Amino acid sequence: MAIDIIKVETIIEDHAQNENDLIQAMLAIQEEFHYLPPEALEKISAQLNVPMIRIYQVAAFYKVFKLEPRGKHIITVCNGTACHVRGSNMLVDQVDRVLKIAPGETTEDQEFTLEEVSCLGCCAIAPVLTIDDKRYGNMSVSKVERVIKKSVEKEAVADD
Amino acid sequence: MTERILPAELEKQRQQILSARDASRPVILVCGGTGCRSQESGQVAESFRNAIHDQGLDAKVELKTTGCHGFCEQGPLVVIHPEKLVYTHVKPKDVKTIISETILNGKVVDRLLYTDPITEKKIVHEDEIPFYKQQTRVLLKNSGAIDPEKIEDYLVSGGYKAVSKALFEMNPDLVMEEVKKANLRGRGGAGFPAAIKWELCRKEIADQRYIICNADEGDPGAFQDRGIIEGNPHSILEGMILGAYAIGASKGFIYIRHEYPLAVNMIKKAILQAREYGFLGDNILGSDFSFDVEVQLGAGAFVCGEETAMMASIEGRVGEPRTRPPYPAQSGLWGKPTNINNVKTWAWIPHIINNGADWFASIGNDKNRGTMIFSLVGKINNTGLVEVPMGISIRELIEGIGGGVPKGKKVKAVQTGGPSGGCIPESLFDLPMDYDSLRDAGSIMGSGGVIVMDEDTCMVDTARYFLEFCKFESCGKCSACREGVKRMWEIVDYIARGYGEEGDLEVLEELANAVKIGSLCGLGQTAPNPVLTTLKYFRDEYEAHIRDKKCPAGVCKALITFEIIDPECTGCTLCARYCPVEAISGEKGKLHVIDESICIRCGVCRDVCNFNAVVVR
Repeated sequence: MAIDIIKVETIIEDHAQNENDLIQAMLAIQEEFHYLPPEALEKISAQLNVPMIRIYQVAAFYKVFKLEPRGKHIITVCNGTACHVRGSNMLVDQVDRVLKIAPGETTEDQEFTLEEVSCLGCCAIAPVLTIDDKRYGNMSVSKVERVIKKSVEKEAVADD
Repeated sequence: MTERILPAELEKQRQQILSARDASRPVILVCGGTGCRSQESGQVAESFRNAIHDQGLDAKVELKTTGCHGFCEQGPLVVIHPEKLVYTHVKPKDVKTIISETILNGKVVDRLLYTDPITEKKIVHEDEIPFYKQQTRVLLKNSGAIDPEKIEDYLVSGGYKAVSKALFEMNPDLVMEEVKKANLRGRGGAGFPAAIKWELCRKEIADQRYIICNADEGDPGAFQDRGIIEGNPHSILEGMILGAYAIGASKGFIYIRHEYPLAVNMIKKAILQAREYGFLGDNILGSDFSFDVEVQLGAGAFVCGEETAMMASIEGRVGEPRTRPPYPAQSGLWGKPTNINNVKTWAWIPHIINNGADWFASIGNDKNRGTMIFSLVGKINNTGLVEVPMGISIRELIEGIGGGVPKGKKVKAVQTGGPSGGCIPESLFDLPMDYDSLRDAGSIMGSGGVIVMDEDTCMVDTARYFLEFCKFESCGKCSACREGVKRMWEIVDYIARGYGEEGDLEVLEELANAVKIGSLCGLGQTAPNPVLTTLKYFRDEYEAHIRDKKCPAGVCKALITFEIIDPECTGCTLCARYCPVEAISGEKGKLHVIDESICIRCGVCRDVCNFNAVVVR
């Protein structure tokens, strides 16, 4: 997949001045592309004068960074303590049953990626599942399929 | 950018904003904290905006979106000032009624009021609700009352008064002295006196000093820092300005989790506004003191909450902790003296400067002064953020403010301090919640997360959960932590799956102590705490898993079976329809049966059953 290299350059310029800002630049790139495309990393390396080995070291260390393309929609199940106590692992199992993806995997049609996160800080409305930017609190296994369907429908409306 | 304003002008501006406001005019405050937003409070605010505009009420009523009110369980919350009327679970469709009844006719909408679960009475005003009544809200006072996106709101509430007082009526020594006298202990969890850290940093001879606000709130189950940043971001900036002045730092960093997008947004906005008003930048309020702040986003590494790892991350490197000494105060960011404090510590400073150390000392007990914010979550009725004086007993917190455990279940333990903390059994609930008592009980205060566990929570599963967390988050530098925690997890996982053997617990204890001694940073040193405390207080549960191959709480999948019981089962077929693997059969109106060979023990049937007919054996 070809990426817009001009866009990459602008993002780096907006978020980073020198090698100290490496992580901030990588976060901004991932925000745009949902993962870290190799072309973009090479651009960061050139613009901030940081060797590729260090960029990959940082990418491998921090959990948010993804080197593989992810699905169009990211489903995140919070696995914080409060969510765990209220049964978040059952939500993960249910997403797996509905979409046939385990945490870290993407559906074959590249539509959904399932991920787990340590804590989203919405512990009061645990368990929490998010689809892209939308948070669903007080989730239950029986609601999982419905909210996934809803996210697809919304998109269909927006596309019209 | 506006001209630099001087203290006298600041006071004049404050009065001007105040006099332009009509105190009797109703203000509708819609909670815009992450909790309420997840329950569509954004749409509620939007509906209010449209309704006010459509009915031409702009002059009559003011609308504000505020930070977290704390009572997330009841969200979305709408509070109407000046009476402080509280409406709970407000939906966009309720907006019309609130406007026509309450705003225009001064009537209370009964059905939206909070109902006390014990007395079953409706409660109208905020300060009458037990959840709020028993709190001492200092840091959270303005969160929920002011618009976090408007610096004017903060100014009117007395904001930035401490900065002008410090810069023009005090000197750095006096500011330091006041904080020292207050004996403010670091709110990040360890409770180290803040002023001592500050002094060490200032003593170093250097051309540049840095300060950092640690907003990398990684403990699962804790969200008070997020609450303050979302609700009252300027209070943190003001605290940092005061700290920088006392320490002699010219640059500050706020290291915040990228998982908190709303909080990031709020603090960034606040910085821009503070710069515009001249509270940040060169020659603050016309003095010769200059200081500015930058936001750095974390990238999802729990270990970066440790100070040396955090500094590495701010420098754009891999967040691995290093040995201390040298301490950050001696050699921190880019080798310069650096002081790191938690969000809540910084937020306390303006209050201490404004009201004095003696006032601060009057809250809490002698060694543990001031208030602490706890996030009350898990199996508890009133989940949310609560601020109470240090030293309140666990029982008061859980049963008083928290309203006890839902569904009439029995409380078993509380877990404090996140993955570094421990589980405290119900028999010790009269312990005061302060740094020293919690440490003596084998747990820690940590960032203030309090997770309540009831009889349905398995302590072996809890220990496994925290080990899994630490195993995942270990940076891998020390082998004791990298390998030891993994082996501990394996043992506990085996026990939970029914493969536990005699002698496992002894090996577990030996390993735990080795990991404690052999790790460089707090993560490894405290990772065994959840195991050690559960072993100490709930050893019988481990033994039941090992000897009887039973999970008393009915959680560990390998050791339980589900059964549908007669006569509770009405044959409504609900469970059969929800069962993801079609393991339930039965005719409508007749007792249903679970085929154990197919059942995956997901518990959906028990969740959906309206008659408590599904039981765990």
